[in-house]
Order: sequence, then structure tokens, then C-alpha cells
Amino acid sequence: MTRRYRFPAAHMLRRADYSEVENQRVYGKCANPNGHGHDYALEITVSGPVDPATGRVLEPTRLDELVERTLLRRFSHRLLNEDPLFAEQVPTAENIARAAHALLRELVAAGGVHLRRVRVRETRNNTFDYGDLG
Amino acid sequence: MSEAVRITRAIEFCSSLRLRIGALSDAENRRRFGALAERHGHNYRLEVSLLGVPDARTGMVVDLKDVKDVLEREVMARFDHLDLNDDTEFFEKRPPTAENLAQLIFELLGRAFPAGLLERVRLYEGPDHWVDVERGDGA
Repeated sequence: MTRRYRFPAAHMLRRADYSEVENQRVYGKCANPNGHGHDYALEITVSGPVDPATGRVLEPTRLDELVERTLLRRFSHRLLNEDPLFAEQVPTAENIARAAHALLRELVAAGGVHLRRVRVRETRNNTFDYGDLG
Repeated sequence: MSEAVRITRAIEFCSSLRLRIGALSDAENRRRFGALAERHGHNYRLEVSLLGVPDARTGMVVDLKDVKDVLEREVMARFDHLDLNDDTEFFEKRPPTAENLAQLIFELLGRAFPAGLLERVRLYEGPDHWVDVERGDGA
């Protein structure tokens, strides 16, 4: 089962231990020190046996509640660089996907469900997948 | 689970084409391909997937600027607002079906990107029809 969520957030791709020249060279226009933003889409895919009582792998409302509490409330309308998750790493979409996966995995697994894949869609032309990439 | 992240970058291009096999007569091509043997066109959408482990410092699998440059050079410059039969040398013997075009693009991109990075190309011929060529397909 896959559900899609959306959140607008700001970020900038810069490392404090890089010089301005290095940041520009590595990250280009994404390094703007005042930041920029995206309407991120987050696609969460879970898998597992279908519960015969409910006909569901996982109650969609349960997933909504977990995603809202652990991800959307945390990232929506924020500058991602200020989140402690990104104190030591740059909030590239690759790292956002991995962080989202790490935050959700145990919570989803508590219901016997496997978090299969997190997809971060930064723009309609750029997406990033992390998880079981079969 | 692997630490790899898959990046998918999409571009769109518009091309005209005829499905024809160069060795066959016009009449035979028309019999074989019907209306598609006449010159027509498509809005193609190409999704290119790259698979790799993000660099520990930059947090990126690959610089998207480099990906854009490769796609511009290998795909847009060759095909966008051009005729696949008359403006390229690739479809003299084989028809520019979505299958053949996707395999060609996979080959071109496989050579252009660092070894092992290209995982898949998905080519949409309009919104409702697409083909995939993946690593290991023998393309």
C-alpha cells in the first residue's frame, strides 16, 4: 500500500565546513544562503499480510497519523537545515528520504508491517527512493 | 538493506517519426505499420533512474547539474524538435518504436554516465503508453 503526503519546506544545500566557493562549486544554485523551497511529496509504501478482519495491510488512518506526527509536523513549513536531523548532514533529497525512513521504520514495524520504500518527490522532474529498491 | 538511493530525473521532448524499415517499400511499410508509417509526432517523457550510495559529505548520489548536462547532450540535442528518421542516423534499418528508442537511449546514457550508475529508463510515448529498459535486460 502506498499513500502520498505533501509538505512545503525550505532548505539550502551548504556545508559549514566548506568555503563559499566550495559550496557554490558543489551545490550550485542550491547553495543560496537564504535558502529555497519545494512542495515536497512523500510517498510511503508499506507491505505485509492482509488482515482478514479488516482487509487491510495497515489502516490508512493509522499511517496518516504516524506520518503526520513524525514527519509532516516536523518538516512542514520549516527550514530543514535547522532540524537536528540535518545538523551533521546536508538536507539533500537523498538524506531526507533516508531520515524519513529511519523515523518511520520502527513505528510501522510495531504493527507487523514492513516499511518498504520512501519516495521523496522534490519537483515533478526529480524523485528519490530509499528502501527496498527491487 | 542497501544504503543506495535511486534518483529519477524526468525530461520531455517532442519528435516526429515514421515507423518504417528502410529496406521495405512504402507500400509494405504501410501494410506493416498502418497509419504509424505516416509522419506523426509524440510528446515523449523520459524518466532516467540512477542508483548509487550518496556521498557521505555532499549527501548526493550524483550532481543533478551533471545529470541535466548529460540528458541535454545525449537526448535533447539529438531528438527534441527533430525527426527521428531524417535527423538521426539510428533508425535507417529499424523503426523508431518506443521500444527501440528506449533501448537506444539506454545505450547512449549507459556510455555517458559513470559505470554502474544507470539503472533504468522509462520512456512515455504520450501519457498512456510507456516502455522500460532496465539494467540486465541485455540492452
